[in-house]
This record gives sequence, C-alpha cells and structure tokens, in this order.
Amino acid sequence: MTGEQITFLVIALATLGSALMVVTTRNLIHAALWLIATLFSVAVIFALLSASFLAVVQVVVYIGAIAILFIFAVMLTRKDMRDQSPQLNKNWWVGALLAVLTFGGLYTLLQGWSGLSRTVADIPSGFDAVAELGTELTSFTGYVLPFEVASVLLVAALVGAVYVAFNPRSGDIRK
Amino acid sequence: MIPLSWYLILSAALFSVGLFGVLSRRNAVAILLGIELMLNSVNINLVSFWRYGNVMHMAGQVFAIIVFAVAAAEVSVGLALVISVYRRRNTVIADEIDLMKW
Amino acid sequence: MTTDILIWLIPLPPLLAFFLIVLFTNKSKALSHTIAVGAALLSWLGSMIVFVRALGVEHLGEHPLGGEPINWLPTGDTWFKVGVLIDPLSAAVLFFVAWTVLMIFLYSVGYHNFGQPAGDHDHAGLPPHGATVEEHGHKHVVPSVEPMYSRFFAFIGLFAFGMFTLVVSDNLLTLFVGWEIMGLCSYLLIGFWYGKPSARNAAVKAFMTTRVGDVFMLLGIAYLYSATGTLSFREIFTEEILHTLATIPSGVLGLSAAGLIGLLLFIGTVGKSAQFPLHVWLPDAMEGPTPVSAMIHAATMVSAGVYMVIRMFPIISLDEKTMAIVAFVGAFTALFAATIAVAQNDIKRVLAYSTISQLGFMIAALGIGAYVAAVFHLITHAFFKALLFLGSGSVIHGMEHGVLHTGNHKVDPQDMFNMGGLRKKMPITFWTFLIGGFALSGFPIITAGFWSKDEILADAFGHGHIFVFATLAIAAFMTAFYTMRQITLTFLGEPRTKEAEHAQETPWTMTTPLVILAFFAVTYGWVGIPEDFMGLHLQPNWFHEFIGGTLMEHPETLEFNWIPLLTSLIVALGGLGLGYFVYRNINSPAEDKLQIGFLKNKYYIDEIYDYVFVKPAIWVSEVLVSAWMDKGFIDGILHIFGPATGGLGSFIRNKFDLPVVNRFFGDGTADVTYWFGGKLRAIQTGRIQQYLMFALVVFIAVGAALYFFLLA
Repeated sequence: MTGEQITFLVIALATLGSALMVVTTRNLIHAALWLIATLFSVAVIFALLSASFLAVVQVVVYIGAIAILFIFAVMLTRKDMRDQSPQLNKNWWVGALLAVLTFGGLYTLLQGWSGLSRTVADIPSGFDAVAELGTELTSFTGYVLPFEVASVLLVAALVGAVYVAFNPRSGDIRK
Repeated sequence: MIPLSWYLILSAALFSVGLFGVLSRRNAVAILLGIELMLNSVNINLVSFWRYGNVMHMAGQVFAIIVFAVAAAEVSVGLALVISVYRRRNTVIADEIDLMKW
Repeated sequence: MTTDILIWLIPLPPLLAFFLIVLFTNKSKALSHTIAVGAALLSWLGSMIVFVRALGVEHLGEHPLGGEPINWLPTGDTWFKVGVLIDPLSAAVLFFVAWTVLMIFLYSVGYHNFGQPAGDHDHAGLPPHGATVEEHGHKHVVPSVEPMYSRFFAFIGLFAFGMFTLVVSDNLLTLFVGWEIMGLCSYLLIGFWYGKPSARNAAVKAFMTTRVGDVFMLLGIAYLYSATGTLSFREIFTEEILHTLATIPSGVLGLSAAGLIGLLLFIGTVGKSAQFPLHVWLPDAMEGPTPVSAMIHAATMVSAGVYMVIRMFPIISLDEKTMAIVAFVGAFTALFAATIAVAQNDIKRVLAYSTISQLGFMIAALGIGAYVAAVFHLITHAFFKALLFLGSGSVIHGMEHGVLHTGNHKVDPQDMFNMGGLRKKMPITFWTFLIGGFALSGFPIITAGFWSKDEILADAFGHGHIFVFATLAIAAFMTAFYTMRQITLTFLGEPRTKEAEHAQETPWTMTTPLVILAFFAVTYGWVGIPEDFMGLHLQPNWFHEFIGGTLMEHPETLEFNWIPLLTSLIVALGGLGLGYFVYRNINSPAEDKLQIGFLKNKYYIDEIYDYVFVKPAIWVSEVLVSAWMDKGFIDGILHIFGPATGGLGSFIRNKFDLPVVNRFFGDGTADVTYWFGGKLRAIQTGRIQQYLMFALVVFIAVGAALYFFLLA
C-alpha cells in the first residue's frame, strides 16, 4: 500500500462519509455544511488527479457560490428554527434499495470492462494542463462553442432565477 | 499506483448516495443537495478518465468545466423555484407540493 | 341469279316482313300490308322463276335443282348438312304454295277492312264491330278496320316463311323446323282474337293436338337418323339405305325399320292434317279469321302433312302393314268427316270437315300406292279449298254488312240458315264459290277436282283395293251432297233474313283472289288428263310424267277403265242433284232431317277426349303437382326454413350476442379499462420523488434485462 493509495482511501472515506451525512442529517444547515465538506474532498480528489485548476475551480464555484446559495435558500425557507420532523419521507427504504441497486448495477457494468485496471501514465514533461485547457476552451477547433453556450446558459439561469424568485412586495418587476 | 477502478467505484458510490438523498429526503432543498452530490460524482468520473486516458486530450476537463457551469445554473434556478413555492405554499416539503396529480 | 341461290332466298322475304312489321311498322297499317304483300310477291316471283327453270330441266327427278348442301352442325367427325332441293314434287308444290299464299295475303287486306274507319268500341283482341259514320246527315254503321291489322300480317308473314322453308328443304330436320313454325303460327292466328275465350281455347287445342302428332314424328325422325345416320333426302332415297331400312326389324309390332319410321312419321301427319283420331282441332280452328282458315287449314299447313307423307313415300311403301294403316286411316277419315259435314250449319264448319275428308282422300291414295294421284289431288284441293274458304269469308263479310245495317247483333252471320239468295247480292262471290264447290264435288271435265279425284278412284279400283274404292266413292257422294247443300242454302232461293237482304259484294282486294283461284280450280286439272281417257288418244299425261320422275322407279300408268269413271260421274252429279233437290225448299234447321244429334255433335268425340285425356291431365297438374307436391310438400319444407332461421337467429342473439359479445366483451372491456384506470390513477400522486422512483425501477429492470440478455 503506497502512500498514494492510503491518501486516496482516506480522502474517499471522507467524501463518502460527508455525503452520507448530507443525506441523513436532520438539520438542513448541517446538511449544507456537510455538503461543503464533501465538495472540499472532491476538490482534493481533483488535485490527486493532477487537475489542479479544476480543484481550485471546484472550491471557488461550488463551495464559494453554490454551497452558499444553499445556505441562503435554507435560511429563506425555514418555518421553524427547531424543526424536529423526520427528514426522510415515507418510502425512504425504496430509495435506499434503489440506490443500492444502482450501485450494484454500476459496479457490475464496470467489472465487465477490460480497461478497469489501467494505471496512470506519467504526464509528459512540459505539459501545462491549465494552459492547454485554456487553449482548448477558446480555440475554434476546440470547445469554444460549448464554452460560450455555457455562459449563455448561466446568463439565462441568472435571469430566470431572478425572475422566478422575485418578491412582488419589493417592487414591480415589470417596471 | 491507484488503478482507475478505485476512482470509478468512488464516483459510483457517491452517485448512489446522492440518488438516495434525492429519493428519500422530505425537504425540497435537501433533494437539491442530493443532486449536487450526483453532479460531483460525474465530475470525478470525467476527470479520472481524462487522467487515465490521453492526457493531451483536454475533452475530459472541458466537459467537467461545462458541468460546473450547468450545475451552477441548475442550482440557482432550482433554489429560486423552491423559494418561490415556499412563498406561495408556505412549505418546502416535497410531498406536500402535489397539485399536479389526478 | 343462279337458280340454287334463288331457291335459298325464296323463304326469306316473308321472314323479313315479319321482323320489319313487328319491330318497326306496327303502327302503320298501310306500311305493314305493303311490306307483307310485297314480300309474298317477291317469294311468288322467286317461286315462279324456279318453277319455270325446273320445268326446263330434263329428268328433274334425277338431277334436282338446289346445289350442294352446306355444313351446319358439327357431329363428331362429320357435319350435319342442310340444303335446298327442288325436284318435281317440290316444284309442283312450290307452284301452288306461292299462288295461294299471294292470293291470301292480298285477300287479307280487304278482309280486315283496310281503309275503313276505326270502330266505335273496337278493342284489340276482339273482332271489329263496326263504326258509326255520318253520311248526308244520316247515321249508319259501316264495317270497321281490324285494330290488330299489322299484327296479322306479321304472323302470316312468319307462317309463309315456315311453309316455304318446308317445301324447299332437302332434309327432314329443316322440314320439321318449317313444320313447327307453322304450328306456332297456327296457334297465334287461331287465337288471333284473343279476347274471345272460344278462340283462346281453340288455339290451345290445335297446338296440343298437333303436338301429340309431332312427338311421334320426332321419334320417327330420331329413329331414322339413328338407323341411317342421315336425314337428307338425297342420301336416304338411295337403293342401299332403303334396302337396309326394309330389312332391319324394328322390334315393334313386327314392323321393319322402314315400317316403324313410316308409321311414326305418318302419325305426325295424322296430327297436322287432321286425320282421325287427331282431327278434333280443325273445326275449332275456324275461330280464326277466314284468311287464316284458308291458308293454314286448307291450302298450306294441312297440305304440309300430306306433302311430308308423299315425300317419305319410298320409306313408307317398303312395309305393307304401314301402308295398310295409312290407307285405312285415310279412307275412314274421308267417310267419317263427310258424315259430320252434312249436319253442320256454320258455313266454315262445313268446309273444315270437307278439308278433313279430302285430306283423307289423299292419304288413302298414298296408302294404296297411288303416288301421282295423291299429289295431283293435293294441288287441286289446295286451289279450290282456298277458293271456297275465301269465298265463305266474302259471304260472311257481306252478311256482316247486313248485320251492321240492321243493328241486330244476335244474328250469326256465319249460319247458313240465316243466308239465302246471295247470288243476286254477291255475284262474283257466287260464281267463284260455285266453281270451287263443283271442283270439290268433282264435276266432270271442267273442274280440276274431277280429274284428281277420278284418278284416285281409278287407282284404287285398278289395283284391286275395292274396300278403299267403295269407301271413297261413298265419301265422294256425300261430299257432292253437302257441297250442294251449302251452295243452295247460302246462295240460292230467297233471303231468309233481313241481314241477308242487305248483304253487299266485297271490295276488289277480296274478289280478285277469288277469280284468280277459280281460274286455277278450272284449268289445273287439264295438266293431268290421262293419255287414254275414255279410250281416246290424247296428249301424254304431262303431270304423271313430271311428278312420276320424283320416284326412283317411275310409277306405271294404269290402263283406262270405265267403271271408276262412271262411278265418279254418278257420285258427283248424283250428289249435286240430290243436294239441290232436297235443300231448295228447306228454310230452317227444324225442317232439315239430317240434323241428327251425334252427327251434329261430331260423334261426341270432343267430349270423350275431354273426359279421358283432358280432365285427368288437369287433375294431375292442378291437384297432384300443384296442390300436393308443390304447395304442400315443397312449400311445406320451405316454410320450415323461415321460422327455423328466425328462431335460430333470435336464439343466437339472446344467448350469445347480447350477453357475450355486447355485455361481456363490449361493456366488459370498457368496465375493465375504467377499473384499471381508476386503480392506476393512484400512481399520479403529484410527488416527484415517487415519479423518480418509478422511473428508476423501470430503468434498472430494463437495464438488467438488456445486460443479461444481450451482454451476458
């Protein structure tokens, strides 16, 4: 067991543990916080995978924006600070079963794939992943189009979210 | 040496956990949390394949970037909707938002 | 035009006239009679040309005109051929048929009162009854035109076609075709005034009775065909065929094949020529208009029967038994009919029985082998009997004029006892009728009937058939007697009724044929004067030579004998004289001693036939077949089907269709679907997590199935 592997196992355990806490905690704020923990673990995994840029983006975007957004939403939709009602619905066992089945199915599918035990190749020296990523994202023979479309999507989402969640008591949106 | 399978199994497990969250939580916001977990598992998958395939080929990371963007968009809109519903119905329990039934 | 083609064309103009009148000119009387008389004229012209050319041929019997027959019906390897044949017999017959047909066609124009106005209450189907006209401010009733005028000419056109076909045929089949066409026309024309029940019944009676004869004739034809393989005269009348027929036994009554064929064919003639016992239709056939009686029942159709026997003489004469039967039937009928004729009061009935009697003479002549005599009498009889019938029609017309004048429709214009003194009112009719009557009686030298009848008697006596000779002599006596009776009652003396006083001569279209026929009635006899008549040396008997050539062996000429001649003279003159003396003073049926019951009622034969044949036939058809079998049995079975089907239908409807199909399947599926729908709607809870769960379950299930079936 190399150091890498041990690192990986620890991080994996952290990820899964936090994820489980996310879905089982009664208190939603706690769930959001556990989500932050999970997202952070995922960022570490990205770093392990030599996708350093993505790790940083993960922290900034997901934790810095999305998780915060979640906390906002939780706070805006709380009826009672001390909400003690159960957080799992009536048929949670069906959900659990399905989740297990899904995992089992994915695992089975993976076992049938020959490339599963691939080992990582070395990154060629002088290869700058970030620069390369930037080049790809903006080159016309690359992925500029999805990139731009994604930005349009974000704009649309922004506008849409504002419109949907607009509070009429604060003023007329049609002005 | 970490074989690819570890990462894939990790992502599969994360996905299943997220699925469990989506299916079983009462609160609508909690459902969105589950969705976030699933999206993250996808990202792990994508990046693993990038790393364990042809590193020169950036498609994996690009796809991951796009997923970030989409996840962000989706979460914002989804939470906006939940807030809007909360304002009207005064509830965030998914089971109580059931007007579109028989 | 070659003679052979002309012979083929002779029957066609009247047929064409029939079709044209029926299809196109029915409405126009003038056009119809023009077409009809024109057609008769064309056929007459053709017949005369053929006759003249035939006279010019040497040994016409061995080299008959007519060319080769044509292939008509395929019969296995060979063909059944039909053709035309003009040998001496058919040439002579063609001559008189053409003349009498033309005369009668012309006569019909006047008889049916062409040019007269339409009647007051005339109806198609009933005889015309007079029209009231205004003349100088004075109303009187004149004879009216026949409403079915064109129809009459169409029918007699078809009839003429049938007769000409029969005469020119060279084989028994087309002869039979012509025979049957004439039978049909006889039915149509006897029942011409179909509004009268007596006419309808008479038509059916005529057809049925002749049908009996025709069936036997057809059997004879079939037997002949099966025995010889041919029906053509040219082929039958050869030595070998005749010898074959004479020697094969037929198995019936000990007759040879020839004898049986001859007998069967003869029965056809018994029907068609009204010999005993199938004579009953001819007197009733007088219901038809007089031209019909003249043509069909005197000159042509009944002559066709005799013509056929004459034609088949070579076969009949092969068997003695058949000849004996023929002679007996002929002689018996001659006497039998003559006895009935003396007691008849209707002017046409007398002539009808007279026809039957004279036909008996001809048949008897054939039975005793007097071939030429029979042909001779056939021809002369045709002329003078047609003359007599047309004359009687003229008389009836004159009497009807009187009836219309007095307006007393109870007077029968055909009853001789209502006539009298007509010689002054209708002179042309009188003189021509007198010539005809004398010819019928056999008045010596100047009438044709004398020569022909004398020849028959001479042959009978000369060949030793004394029984036949005596019978025919007595019949000849009675013939002269009733003929003079008829002439006396009708024309001589004084008019017995007012109607007779107002009788009038008939127009030229009716009197001209009388005159022409009278000419033939006088002169035709002179072509057949025996060479050694009364011991003198005269010209050779042209007729004997000509007709005799038809047979393979020329019949021998008999030596002259005084006895038959004297007998002939005595019976003729005696009968005429007696008739005059007895009847010149009798004015009513009561005074007539010969009005004996069973003579007047035709020996009650009609009543016997009715009882023995007609009533049982009606019983079989009305009771047995119609009521019991058809309505009772067959309809009974059918009447089961209706209710049965109805019952089956309602059973299926009520027990299967309604409960199973309608309720179970129809309503049932609806109810089941509704129930399912009701149960299934529970799925739609509106809760998205449940929706997602369902989707995942299905997804996993399908995925697992695909994985295990496709990949594993």
